[in-house]
Amino acid sequence: MSTATHSLPRTIGAHAILITYTVIALFPVILVVMNSFKSRAGIFGAPLTPPTTKTFDLIGYTTVFGQGDFFHYFQNSLVVTVASLFFVLLFGAMAAFALSEYRFRGNTLMGLYLALGIMIPIRLGTVAILQLMVASGLVNTLTALILVYTAQGLPLAIFILSEFMKQVSNDLKNAGRIDGLSEYTIFFRLVLPLVRPAMATVAVFTMIPIWNDLWFPLILAPSEETKTVTLGAQLFLGQFVTNWNAILAALSLAILPVLILYVIFSRQLIRGITSGAVK
Amino acid sequence: MDTETMAAETRAKRPIRWHVGVFLAPAVLVYTAFMILPLFGTLQLSLFRNIEQSQVFVGLGNFRTLFGDPNWSVNFWNALRNNVWFFVIHMLVQNPIGILLAALLSSPKLRFTAFYRTAIFVPTILSFVIVGFAWKLILSPIWGVAPHLMDFVGLKSFFTPWLGKEQYALTALSLVSVWQFVGIPMMLIYAALLSIPDEVIEAAECDGVTGMAQFWKIKLPLILPSIGIISILTFVGNFNAFDLIYTAQGALAGPNYSTDILGTFLYRAFFGFQLQVGDPNMGAAIATIMFLIILAGVCVYLFLVQTRLRRYQF
Repeated sequence: MSTATHSLPRTIGAHAILITYTVIALFPVILVVMNSFKSRAGIFGAPLTPPTTKTFDLIGYTTVFGQGDFFHYFQNSLVVTVASLFFVLLFGAMAAFALSEYRFRGNTLMGLYLALGIMIPIRLGTVAILQLMVASGLVNTLTALILVYTAQGLPLAIFILSEFMKQVSNDLKNAGRIDGLSEYTIFFRLVLPLVRPAMATVAVFTMIPIWNDLWFPLILAPSEETKTVTLGAQLFLGQFVTNWNAILAALSLAILPVLILYVIFSRQLIRGITSGAVK
Repeated sequence: MDTETMAAETRAKRPIRWHVGVFLAPAVLVYTAFMILPLFGTLQLSLFRNIEQSQVFVGLGNFRTLFGDPNWSVNFWNALRNNVWFFVIHMLVQNPIGILLAALLSSPKLRFTAFYRTAIFVPTILSFVIVGFAWKLILSPIWGVAPHLMDFVGLKSFFTPWLGKEQYALTALSLVSVWQFVGIPMMLIYAALLSIPDEVIEAAECDGVTGMAQFWKIKLPLILPSIGIISILTFVGNFNAFDLIYTAQGALAGPNYSTDILGTFLYRAFFGFQLQVGDPNMGAAIATIMFLIILAGVCVYLFLVQTRLRRYQF
């Protein structure tokens, strides 16, 4: 690249805007986490300063752990997310393989049919989904959530994975066929390991909306037994409107696991979004 | 092509390939059972009404009620209007900011881009519950963080409890949503900008097109397909939104329904609230309208935008 495009003032300007926006993006998160470690007087007296020895207080966290059954909610969220993710990845990869590998009548049509769900949100079918779950006795079970989230995640997973599977070398698969491998072995042993990076991308894309969803837990599984952490936090926050210590602590507890996962997987996520573009 | 002839030969040799069905079956079954059928089931339910414990076909009766009966239509048109405003704010604020950030991030030899990218995307991964509540606290006059911050820039007198005032609440919540999702247009446009080949940029520089002119004349036309994609994603996301309003203002979308959008309206119609009992058929009718709005948006995108803006193949 020529040097004409980045003079010093332009670089400084770019950094200034980016830093400003980074502050805007992170400020609320930092503010909440910071104040969750303070006493009530500290929260209201000096909201913008980090906790000092004088204002440091864990009262919010003790309230949260004493009141809400967050560990249980967390477990529910984990079960739902992991199970849905597993099915989305397995079924999605299988369907993507069928669509990208074999030419059969209706291939394109099937691809379009499965891609419909990328644009049309599953939420619009809620009324009938609830009736279906009531009829099959699945209301207030985690199974109901897992089934719905699997259906929700499949269209995008199939779309992304079939793009990647088209790139897997045909010679490799045909070599496998000559060696007498079955189509199933070719898929599980040869193709799946090669699309692992794409699977990771799909996993991150699928995971975030499932973990954060409020709509379906609220409608399909609102019982105490099956509450997810998002719904639990929502109800808890509603109950403790005036207890700011507890609210801030609960918010921080909800932020931290996601944030930690994000920091670990951000490289994967960003590579996924910009896939093919970052050389 | 080699592979095609080979595939054709395989087809000739093996008339029934069970494995294709086995590979497709689980995904197609789950997807059809829990997505497509309920979607059509909902469309169908919107044509029925529960009269004396049995479902009676009423044609477009529910829609007539929705558009004409003042008990419903006032709320419906209000929700639709609010939803359009919600979308307009996203298009005017979120997408331009996203494009600006992406353009800055993609400038050559800029340092710390990985850090900026990661940090600006953080709000997008947080749940609506966190975002809604955190902003509710920040904008709350009780805590006083917002007036305190505005004092720094000498704007303290402009502070009002935005979320509590009818005329500001929807705009304030739209901006909170913009804050949360600006990372998505940023990333998609960033990816599009990075995929512009160096030769094109070098050719522009040889012709003396640099800086701002280069962005407007060379890069912007090349990323138009991506701008089309982020527009339709924003459209679908906005007309399907529910969580943020529900978390910040509750199912009644207060103050005085001023933040009511189609998602919250659907929820109230379906489940009932306060004295009104839930009505699945009216809920289905609202969901059908949302479906038609989203379908119309997607069709406009596919037929107008997509066919005009062919992807540039390099």
